[in-house]
Amino acid sequence: MGSDSHFRLSADLPPLTSKRRHAPAFHTGAQTVSEGSRVVVSARSFADFTPQASFDIKRCDLHRLDEGPSVQTVLTREDGLRYYRTMQTMRRMELKADQLYKQKIIRGFCHLYDGQEACAVGIEAGINPMDHVITAYRAHGYTYTRGVPVKEIMAELTGRRGGVAKGKGGSMHMYAKNFYGGNGIVGAQVPLGAGVALACQYQGKNEVCVTLYGDGAANQGQIFESFNMAALWKLPCIFICENNKYGMGTSVERASASTDYYKRGDYIPGLRVDGMDVLGVREATRFAADFCRSGKGPILMELQTYRYHGHSMSDPGVSYRTREEIQEVRSKNDPISMLKDRMISSNMARVEEIKDIDAEIRKEIEEAAQFATSDPEPPLEDLCNHIFYNDAPLEVRGTNPWTKLKSMS
Amino acid sequence: MDEELERDERVFLLGEEVAQYDGAYKISRGLWKKYGDKRIIDTPITEMGFAGIAVGAAMAGLRPICEFMTFNFSMQAIDQVINSAAKTYYMSAGFQSVPIVFRGPNGASAGVAAQHSQCFAAWYGHCPGLKVVSPWSAEDAKGLLKSAIRDDNPVVFLENELMYGVAFDMSEESQSKDFLIPFGKAKIERPGNHITVVSHSRMVTLCLDAAAVLAKEGIECEVINMRTIRPLDTETIETSIMKTNHLITVEGGWPQFGVGAEVLARIMEGPAFNFLDAPAVRVTGVDIPMPYAKILEDNSIPQIKDIIFSIKKTLNV
Repeated sequence: MGSDSHFRLSADLPPLTSKRRHAPAFHTGAQTVSEGSRVVVSARSFADFTPQASFDIKRCDLHRLDEGPSVQTVLTREDGLRYYRTMQTMRRMELKADQLYKQKIIRGFCHLYDGQEACAVGIEAGINPMDHVITAYRAHGYTYTRGVPVKEIMAELTGRRGGVAKGKGGSMHMYAKNFYGGNGIVGAQVPLGAGVALACQYQGKNEVCVTLYGDGAANQGQIFESFNMAALWKLPCIFICENNKYGMGTSVERASASTDYYKRGDYIPGLRVDGMDVLGVREATRFAADFCRSGKGPILMELQTYRYHGHSMSDPGVSYRTREEIQEVRSKNDPISMLKDRMISSNMARVEEIKDIDAEIRKEIEEAAQFATSDPEPPLEDLCNHIFYNDAPLEVRGTNPWTKLKSMS
Repeated sequence: MDEELERDERVFLLGEEVAQYDGAYKISRGLWKKYGDKRIIDTPITEMGFAGIAVGAAMAGLRPICEFMTFNFSMQAIDQVINSAAKTYYMSAGFQSVPIVFRGPNGASAGVAAQHSQCFAAWYGHCPGLKVVSPWSAEDAKGLLKSAIRDDNPVVFLENELMYGVAFDMSEESQSKDFLIPFGKAKIERPGNHITVVSHSRMVTLCLDAAAVLAKEGIECEVINMRTIRPLDTETIETSIMKTNHLITVEGGWPQFGVGAEVLARIMEGPAFNFLDAPAVRVTGVDIPMPYAKILEDNSIPQIKDIIFSIKKTLNV
C-alpha cells in the first residue's frame, strides 16, 4: 500500500505524503492503487469512521499572483491521523528536550519548535521525499519530518554517539538525506538552499528545494542576494519565511520596516499562509511546489506561526511578550488541537483513539529520552575524524606539540 | 579548468564576469563559448549570495568552482567558506561533504591600493576543514587546480594576478590531462646547502632571484616552494634544515600571525630546532595597509634586496 516510505516513524505506517490531489502524470499509477487500498482498509477496520472530509482553509494573501491555493481541501482519516501523530510526536519531543535541558543533560543551544508543528508537517505533506529542505537552527521538527528517528535526534541533543551526527553536531547541526540541516548562522542557509535548487535544476530531476528562514533572518542581505539570483536563473526554490513574530526578543515591528514578509521578495510572487493550520500549509506548499516545478522560478511563502517557548532555552520568552498572548495562542490556535478538533468533529477519529495515540507517543518519547541519557558519549578516538571526505588518514595537532591525533575520513 | 569541465559534467564555474567577459583576468577565456550558460555562470556582484549558492550546489551533488574576482571580496562571503563549507563534514559526522573550489587572485597586485591587496593565506590557512593551496609556477597552477577540482572537500585556491602573465617551461609529464600535484607536498625549486628559504606564490620568484645573486658570492640557498599552505609540509622543511642549519621564510602577507609565523612555530616545536645555528626569521610584507604610490608600494612588500639582507644576517655574513 502506498509508494516509497521515507518516513521512519513506524515501519508499518504508510508514507506521510499524500499525493492524491495534485497528480503529476508519473504518479498516477501508484496513486490509483493506494487510493483504492486506503479506502478498503478504512472500510474494513473502522466501518463507522468517515474516510475523508472536506475542510475550508483560509484564503491566502497574494503578491504578484492571480490565483492562490485552493480554499478547500480534502483530508483523509489516514493522513489526518498521520499528521496528528507527527505533530504530537514533535510536540512531546520538544517538551522532553525542555525537561532534559533544565536537568542540564542537554547543554548549549536548544531552540524549541513547539507551537510551529503545522509548518514542518504541512510542508512535508506538500512535497515529495526526493525534494530538498534546508532550515535554520530551530530544526528538530524538520529533522524528524525528513526521516530521522526521535531517539537519534534526542541523542544528538544530549551529545551521545547514537545521535544523528554522532554527537559532533548538536541541536543546530543535524542532517539527513535531502535535508541540509540545521544551520547556526542566521540567514546563511538561504543562499545554500538556492544552491541546492540550482543543483536540482542543473541535474534536471524536477525536484524543488524548500528554503526556510525566520522573521529575524528576513532582513539579511544575503537573502535578497539569493532572491535575485533565484529569480534571474528561475531556480526551483520555495523560500519560506516562518514568521513567529519575534526574532529572539525583538518583535517584527521593531525589526522590519515592512512586516509583509511574503512581499519582501519584490519581483518574486508570494503568499501569506496561516501557519497554524496544517492543511493550509499543505495546500500552500503543494501550490508553491507546482509553481516551481512548472519552471516559473522561485516563489515565497510566509507562514504566520507562533512559538510557545522563548527563542532558546536561555530565554524565558516573557520579557518581550505577555503570558496572556502565549496563552491565547495556545487556547485558540494550537495546531495540534485544531487538527484534533477537525478529526473528531468530522467523525474521522474518536477521542479514545487520540488518547491511545498520545499514550503511544508518550511511551516512544520516554524510550527515546532513556536512550539519549544512557547512550555513551562519543569515544575520544572520534575527536579528529570527519575533517575531510574520501581522504587518507591525516595527522592532527593536539593541544600541545607532543600530542599527535589521527583523523579518519 | 577546461579539462576538468570536460571530464566531469558536475563541474561548473560561477563568479563575476567569468562567462561572457571571458574572466576579469581572462582565466576563463573561451569556456563560456565552449560550455554555455549552464556550466559557466555569470553572477551578480553578490559574493555572500553566490558563494552560498555554490556551497549549496556542492552539498546537493555538483562540483562548483566559485571564483572570487580577488580574495579581498571573499571577506564578504567568508562565513559561507568557513561555516557552511569547511565545517560541515565535521558537524555532520561525515554525512555531508562539500566538494567545492574557491579560487581567485590573492595578495598584492600593482597599484590597486589597500582594499585590493590583502593576502588571505593566513586567514584561510587557520581553519580546519579547508585545504589551502598557493601555486607558484604554471605546473603548480595546473596540477594543483586539477587536484583541487577533483578533491571532495573545500579547497581555497590562492592565485596571484602578477603571476598570470609569467611564462614557464612545462615538463612533458605536465602536459597530460591527468597531471595532478598532490596537496601537502612542498617542492624544492633550487637545492642548496647553506640556508633553507621557504616561500609560496610570487615570492618564490624573488627567492630564486635572490639565490642567483647569492650564488655568485658562494652562498647556496635551498629554495622551497610550499605549494600548499594547509596541510603544511613541515617534513620537507625540517629535512632541509637538518642539512642547511638555517631558515628564513618569505611571504607577501603581513607578519603577525602569518604563514611564516606558523612555519617558525612548527620548527621550534619539532626535531629541526636542534639543527638551527641561528634563530629562524621571517621576511614579510610591511605591517601596514598597502599604499598606492609606486615608491611606497614597492617598499611595502619584500624586495630581492630584503631577502638577501635577511639571508646574510641569518648566516652572519
